[in-house]
Amino acid sequence: MRLLDRGLVCREAIGLVTEYLEGTLSRRQRRRFESHLDKCPNCSQYLEQIRITIATSGHVEPEALSPEARAELTDLWRRFHDG
Amino acid sequence: MTDDAELVVLMQKGDEEAFAQLVERYHTRLVRLASSVVANRHVAEEVVQDTWLAVLRGIDSFEGRSSPWTWLYRICVNRARTAVGKEHRSWPFDPQELGSDDGPFTADGAWVDRVEPWSDVTERMDADALTVHVKSAIESLPPGQRIVVTLRDVEGRSSGEVCEALSITEGNQRVLLHRARSRIRVMVDHRLRGS
Repeated sequence: MRLLDRGLVCREAIGLVTEYLEGTLSRRQRRRFESHLDKCPNCSQYLEQIRITIATSGHVEPEALSPEARAELTDLWRRFHDG
Repeated sequence: MTDDAELVVLMQKGDEEAFAQLVERYHTRLVRLASSVVANRHVAEEVVQDTWLAVLRGIDSFEGRSSPWTWLYRICVNRARTAVGKEHRSWPFDPQELGSDDGPFTADGAWVDRVEPWSDVTERMDADALTVHVKSAIESLPPGQRIVVTLRDVEGRSSGEVCEALSITEGNQRVLLHRARSRIRVMVDHRLRGS
């Protein structure tokens, strides 16, 4: 077997997870990544957990705007436009 | 919902309500961003006040070459950078933040421990509880990772927008994102297993 055709080890596959999700892997790298995942329950599980992490991050809400901050910024606008 | 570009046009015509909407949409997000850089909440709020003043001063010359979002965040990032001063030369991130902490792996590159599924724990758990774990994990990240993962995964911005707002390369952005997600996963994993 040529060196280039050997499968990925877990460390290498995990190093590619973000590029895989970003869609920036070459077609060949993508195939190697996916074929590793087909055989590796640990890395498949890892990818699943990263997907959950990303989706859950999307549910983290910013703080609500305080009435004080809203009033200060309204005031800023008015001073800027009237003054 | 009126989009950012439309709000900017309305503001250029002197529409106070358009400004109020932009403030409603971004003020606390900007405070969160500035807080990741300057540490002190009070200073972060000053940075954002200053950002809004710069927006008012610059609104007439804003021509839409970049998106309003990128423009706004760049202003905030630059003010925050000025506020932290010269002692933080490595801002927006320390090169150490780019080091790998995937794994642990054996010398052959295989997982040392089995990656245990979360489903058995999360199925018995309130979805909000998982969000609380993720939120606290994000807050404990070093600044570069924290900012990148917040803009990408929490606020849902594209890699292009984030690179432009932070003046970092695609490569560094991706590495910071990778490290951030990987650390959040580990922290959440520990929380779920109660260790």
